Amino acid sequence: MSDLKLMARQLAKNPLSLIGTIIIAIFVIIAILAPIIAPTPGTGRDPYMIPRDGYFATPQPPSESHPFGTTQGQYDIFYGCVWGTRTAFRVALVVIGITLLMGIILGSLAGYFGGVVDEVIMRITDVFLAFPALILAMAIVAVIGPSLRSVMIALCAVWWPSYARLIRGDILQVREEDYVEASRGLGASSGRVILRHVLPNAIYPTLIMASLDIGAVVLTAAGLSFLGLGAPEGYADWGQMTEFARNWMVGPPGEPFKYWYAVLIPGIFILFFVLGWNLLGDAFRDIFDPRLARR
Amino acid sequence: MELRAYIIRRLLLLIPVLLGVTFLIFGITMLFTPTQRASLYVSSPQQMRDLPAIIEKYGLDKPFFVQYGTWIGQVLRGNLGWSNVVSMPVGEAIVHYLPATLELAIFATPLIILIGIFMGTKAAAHKDRPVDHGTRILAIVGWSLPTFWLGLILIMIFYGYLKILEPERLSVEMEILVNSAAFIRYTRINTIDAILNLNGPVLLDALRHIVLPVVTLSVVNIAFIMRLMRSSMLESLGKGYILTARAKGLRENVVINKHARRNALIPVITVSGYLFAGLAGGAVITESIFGYKGIGWWAWQSAVRLDIPSVLGFALFSAVLFVLTNLVVDILYTRVDPRVRLGAAVQ
Repeated sequence: MSDLKLMARQLAKNPLSLIGTIIIAIFVIIAILAPIIAPTPGTGRDPYMIPRDGYFATPQPPSESHPFGTTQGQYDIFYGCVWGTRTAFRVALVVIGITLLMGIILGSLAGYFGGVVDEVIMRITDVFLAFPALILAMAIVAVIGPSLRSVMIALCAVWWPSYARLIRGDILQVREEDYVEASRGLGASSGRVILRHVLPNAIYPTLIMASLDIGAVVLTAAGLSFLGLGAPEGYADWGQMTEFARNWMVGPPGEPFKYWYAVLIPGIFILFFVLGWNLLGDAFRDIFDPRLARR
Repeated sequence: MELRAYIIRRLLLLIPVLLGVTFLIFGITMLFTPTQRASLYVSSPQQMRDLPAIIEKYGLDKPFFVQYGTWIGQVLRGNLGWSNVVSMPVGEAIVHYLPATLELAIFATPLIILIGIFMGTKAAAHKDRPVDHGTRILAIVGWSLPTFWLGLILIMIFYGYLKILEPERLSVEMEILVNSAAFIRYTRINTIDAILNLNGPVLLDALRHIVLPVVTLSVVNIAFIMRLMRSSMLESLGKGYILTARAKGLRENVVINKHARRNALIPVITVSGYLFAGLAGGAVITESIFGYKGIGWWAWQSAVRLDIPSVLGFALFSAVLFVLTNLVVDILYTRVDPRVRLGAAVQ
């Protein structure tokens, strides 16, 4: 556990990771306080559906009732961005949770048993890694029909192989340790050896790496939403709100930046969310990379 | 010949991967009813009207492996089905849209690599000094930028405000000229064709259209190459021969640029191959923002309009391209870096 303390101290010393932590903390607060920051008007409405102020297509600039303005179709940008934070965390946590579980199960089977099991599982990861991630995800979403759930399924399908490989690699090392040998010698079952002795010692780096992937998952999900393959229209989702801006990049003659709020604001939320995780991730990578840390 | 054995082994390893890729794609199609699946085998609009005949002909109600056999046979003959979105067979659509995407990759890859290497070297040579921190922050921000958002902003500034650069591939007049008999389309890569036709205006117009998508693609990837180059340089700078070179009294920039950088380049070269394959396999988001009609744009249109044969044909194509490029890169790698033990590389 002194490792953890050392790591925390190194992170606090690094201004970049400190900024990252602060950014993430702000987003966590926004997500938790969403009903207070942007109360849902009326009762019985799905809070994730952005309230709209009429059906007029052209975005309207920030005003008293719409602090960030409205985007195409009069959806309130402020409301969408605040509740979109919850959507972002939800997508990321579901995807990371499921892919980690898949990765841990398949990776430990492959790493611990080796031989044919290993060969088969690794060839399956090869197949999934043969596709550029976004393209496979896009194909899966198109086939099962665009929705937020499809986006999460597609992301799970493209994300698990890298965790399976990471876990497998770490398990291969731990497997050879004396205490594992000892436990096997005492007649422990494979399940017990894996769960009690191998995994707890192998899982640590992958867990941290995976939690830092939250930014990347959200970025990819936003990309799919931007392509029009995500949540239904009007759902609080940053990617979709950026897609709305597609038609309003260029204002009328003489006012090229007229719709800046519709274009810039949702993207700023995505950028900072991803940036927060990447700042933290960058610091971790330095700590983890002993070749660089020594100098 | 150790190298030959290595190549043969790699080719053998390719078989299960390609088999798996086709299984995966075909498995996805099995989610559909035979009628929906029939469009995967169609090669003309006439056939589209008589789907029961197609179901009969290709045995789409037969067991999985029988159908897989028929399907793979069709794929190997180049029949990937009919693309409704662009009204041509999927295979033809790939051939038709690939050159535009290749053009993007041809411009973006060298730009990304050169800038990435330059900045990565600078950062490593000035480790923990302002230059290093500056480039590091740039890299993290670049890496976090949503590509699509960057594209929108670039259009807002350079098309909307400054009016110097434009989306799409060519302006209308040039498009007409390029498609006329006076202009021979050797490669369908506009800039190269313009040079071969000695046509200055087309070249200029094509360049004006390609700048924004190339910049959009580059920003994220430069950040990535830069980080890779930096850590590779730092590793190389810690080696004994660098100490020797410095002890000999060589000037610092000779040590950095000759001794350290040459060895640090190896991982970057490997990644460059993957980078090119990734870009050539379709920059879906970038092409969709700029209405740049390459293979990624076509795939996007197909996905949005649920044109499944096109989407799956495209996914299959990009996976095969990706796998083959990786193979070529790995083989070239053994030539670039003789230290690579061939046996170990297979693991």
